[in-house]
Amino acid sequence: YILYILIYIPIFVFVLLRKLIKEEGENDFQEELVIRPLHSGDIYASFQFRTLWETDFMRENKVSHYRLFPKSLGQVISKFSVRELHISFTQGYWRTMQWGQPFLPSPPGAELWVWFQDSVTDVDAAWKELTNVLSGIFCASLNFIDSTNTVQPSASFKPLGIVNETDHRFLRYATLPREIVCTENLTPWKKLLPCGSKAGLAVLLKSEKLFHSSFFSQTVHIRPVCQDRECKTTSWELRQTLNVVFDLHTSGQGKREWSLFKMFSRTLTEACPLASSSKIYIDVTDNPQEEYFELSPATPLLSQAVVLGDRRTFSVYDLTQQVTFGTVRSLNLLIRWKSTEGDMLRPLLHAERYVAGYGLQTGEIHTVMYNNHPFRSFPVLLLDSVPWYLRLYIHTLTVTSKGKDNTPSYIHYQPSKDRMRPHLLEMLVQLPPHSVTEVTVQFERALLKWTEYTPDPNHGFYVGSSVISALVPSSVAMDTNITQEQPLFSSFFPCKEESSYFVRVYTEPLLVNLPTPDFSMPYNVICLTCTVVAVGYGSLYNLLTRSFQIEEPNPRLAKKIANFIRRIRGVPLLS
Amino acid sequence: MGYFLSYYTYISFGCWVQNMLAAIIMLIFICFCVHFQNTAGQFFSSGHTNNWAVLVCTSRFWFNYRHVANTLSVYRSVKRLGIPDSHIVLMLADDMACNHRNPKPATVFSHRNMELNVYGDDVEVDYRGYEVTVENFLRVLTGRLPPSTPRSKRLLSDDRSNILIYLTGHGGNGFLKFQDSEEISNVELADAFEQMWQKRRYNELLFIIDTCQGASMYERFYSPNIMALASSQVGEDSLSHQPDLAIGVHLMDRYTFYLLEFLEDIHPASKSNMNDLFKVCPKSQCVSTPGHRTDLFLRDPGSVLITDFFGSVRKVEITMEAIHLTDPILQLEDGPMSEEVQEKTYSYVDQLPVSEIIHQKPKQKDWHPPDGFILGLWTLILLVFFKTYGIKHLKHIF
Repeated sequence: YILYILIYIPIFVFVLLRKLIKEEGENDFQEELVIRPLHSGDIYASFQFRTLWETDFMRENKVSHYRLFPKSLGQVISKFSVRELHISFTQGYWRTMQWGQPFLPSPPGAELWVWFQDSVTDVDAAWKELTNVLSGIFCASLNFIDSTNTVQPSASFKPLGIVNETDHRFLRYATLPREIVCTENLTPWKKLLPCGSKAGLAVLLKSEKLFHSSFFSQTVHIRPVCQDRECKTTSWELRQTLNVVFDLHTSGQGKREWSLFKMFSRTLTEACPLASSSKIYIDVTDNPQEEYFELSPATPLLSQAVVLGDRRTFSVYDLTQQVTFGTVRSLNLLIRWKSTEGDMLRPLLHAERYVAGYGLQTGEIHTVMYNNHPFRSFPVLLLDSVPWYLRLYIHTLTVTSKGKDNTPSYIHYQPSKDRMRPHLLEMLVQLPPHSVTEVTVQFERALLKWTEYTPDPNHGFYVGSSVISALVPSSVAMDTNITQEQPLFSSFFPCKEESSYFVRVYTEPLLVNLPTPDFSMPYNVICLTCTVVAVGYGSLYNLLTRSFQIEEPNPRLAKKIANFIRRIRGVPLLS
Repeated sequence: MGYFLSYYTYISFGCWVQNMLAAIIMLIFICFCVHFQNTAGQFFSSGHTNNWAVLVCTSRFWFNYRHVANTLSVYRSVKRLGIPDSHIVLMLADDMACNHRNPKPATVFSHRNMELNVYGDDVEVDYRGYEVTVENFLRVLTGRLPPSTPRSKRLLSDDRSNILIYLTGHGGNGFLKFQDSEEISNVELADAFEQMWQKRRYNELLFIIDTCQGASMYERFYSPNIMALASSQVGEDSLSHQPDLAIGVHLMDRYTFYLLEFLEDIHPASKSNMNDLFKVCPKSQCVSTPGHRTDLFLRDPGSVLITDFFGSVRKVEITMEAIHLTDPILQLEDGPMSEEVQEKTYSYVDQLPVSEIIHQKPKQKDWHPPDGFILGLWTLILLVFFKTYGIKHLKHIF
């Protein structure tokens, strides 16, 4: 019997331990940095941090043990039954024509879009509470997101993760183009990383250098993903990305030579100990024989990846290998330009937006989309969300390509309701090859109530960016299988077919002046009215009611004494 | 005297026992008095257990850089002396650090030649931009916030909290201007503090204000345990300290500049008291006359330490008792669901399903009963019809 007990107890303990380990699920953290030198001399750095966790947030007994996944976000997911969450904070505008396409696009200001689970009964209440909680987590004024700037797109923003069915009732999208990004947003973002900003690639994130740039964007994406190729089980993926473009003249002092120390004022000494992979990729596709720039320290590792419809070659530095840091125990990459020749790959899809017209009453919004492909045409889905105080006249909506009318194959328009709901316009337009498509719509500016103006109304009012989602034909066959070995920057958007890739382009936000009253008006009106009343009415009253009496001039002294004596005597006075 | 004598003779002639009883009662009473005095002494020496700070900058626009620098330098001192971010409510009405006019982004300097960056690398601003309004400020003080407000935006103080409130901006005789569009008056502020007192939201409160004519803001306080400091008297203007030629604006106000210098010498164990704080910035340095008000404060200002308000010094009581912990909570295991093999295969969704979008049916809107206007219109039409043609046509219609 003792023998049996001796055998059973370890087995029992082992099974229990296995069950407990399976309870927690696998935690995996990867970090990577992609550096791409741009044709204009600027440099583009993209950090991606991914945490994978095999767990189920939606079960009854709450998840209580968090290891690499941040607890604040895990609690948000389970409390609000969130299926997907995408939030981005951006400062600056991405110049597609000079810089190409970004790995992860984002509009200026703050953008938040969320897919809720099917079990949520009141999506609007959950959305309102979620925005308040996120404003506390990220120190941003996301609580200004309410029904006046939230829309429910009907065809754009399909889920990027695993899903059973897509019912657009559970999708909410909102932007705050006026939102400022500064260190107070970066600090809580860095605290969500498993290593914080103490080890790994995150030591490079110093705010004084990051905000002195042409473009800065930090995002958080949460979605369920396939664990492997068969996709029988899902796990939760948290991606935190940071994209920054350093300008040649402000950060580079005009010299075409970039190093990690010059960009971030830090060098790397170790990888994050909690990361399973920590890599740096430098884009050397335009530099096969080292004729344009020189990269040091040299690395033997090369990798190829198909990203944004193009096959690019990357030099790879693996930070988990001690040999990368060399004898000085620190890594400072140096990229030195030798010549300024070279062509840039022109992006196939590009968009602009501006306000035309004059005066403070009417105007016209023009959205211009360029298709630079020489012979292929492709469809794009345009999403426009315009605030209610610009009253759009949809009967003036025109879509023209190459001078001819181009009817969209799908239009969804939801009119605005004053002070309650913005305009929502979604159109599926086929862009002919090598053409410019222009969408114009006229609008009228509304008068706001005097309490609805911001404290600085003369700055103007922002209209959020348009979102253009497109399937762009690719010159290289895209990989439709998503595996774990792929670098992070090429595995964000899921790929269904090999001949095209999905891209999202954001236009500029618009700044529109509304007719602004003079806020010192009440004081001026009161002064003027009182003056008019006093002067006008007063004089009129006097004229009408004043009666004139003849009065004797003051008598001389002698006469006064004589009159006095006469009064005593009781005799009539002198006149 | 005679009455007393007669009473005394009655006592001495009366029951001897009664006399003894009276003496004993007197003795017990004296003992209680002494005991009360001891506890009263303990009670009036700082009885706080936690510290909070509410730091508000109320001005907008780039030329008011100095107000943001003022608030951030007090924030920096308060954090350095121990108050954590979760106990600080920081309200900045405009963003100076990442303003496009700032030649050095992500920095806010307080000293000329960019010596000290008070913005730092680890700052958490709770209310920023348009959120800094009189309504939000009063709601934070009184605790009457909507239920979905996150914890970092709330002042969760109790009756043993010492709160530091710092306001800066543009002000006048009896008011403080918020963001160039609204103002808070000294009466409203005094009433808010009284609400806080009635709801037991503070133990002691230190109120510092750095605006023009700042002393007018504390004139109307009437709640107990408030000490107030201002940078200038009624009729005087608070002046700014020094401009920086590279940044192009004035960096700090004089009163807060010398206050920051004073606070830089304080460390968590220092014993400086409030009398030293009153001496900060005499008229020779700050062209205005700083004022203070201590009549509502129960303790003597000389016995109040600076760290009672600016730091977070905790009192620790060591106990030798043993505490029994409850049994550890075992995590419930998952049901048989984790055992069975998932037959379903998941897949990603097509990002732009063109054919699906084109053939999408418009979503069915919920039916709402017709609203008042439509009902009224139809009633009017029917009424006019029946009036002209008479009621006998009714049976032909229905």
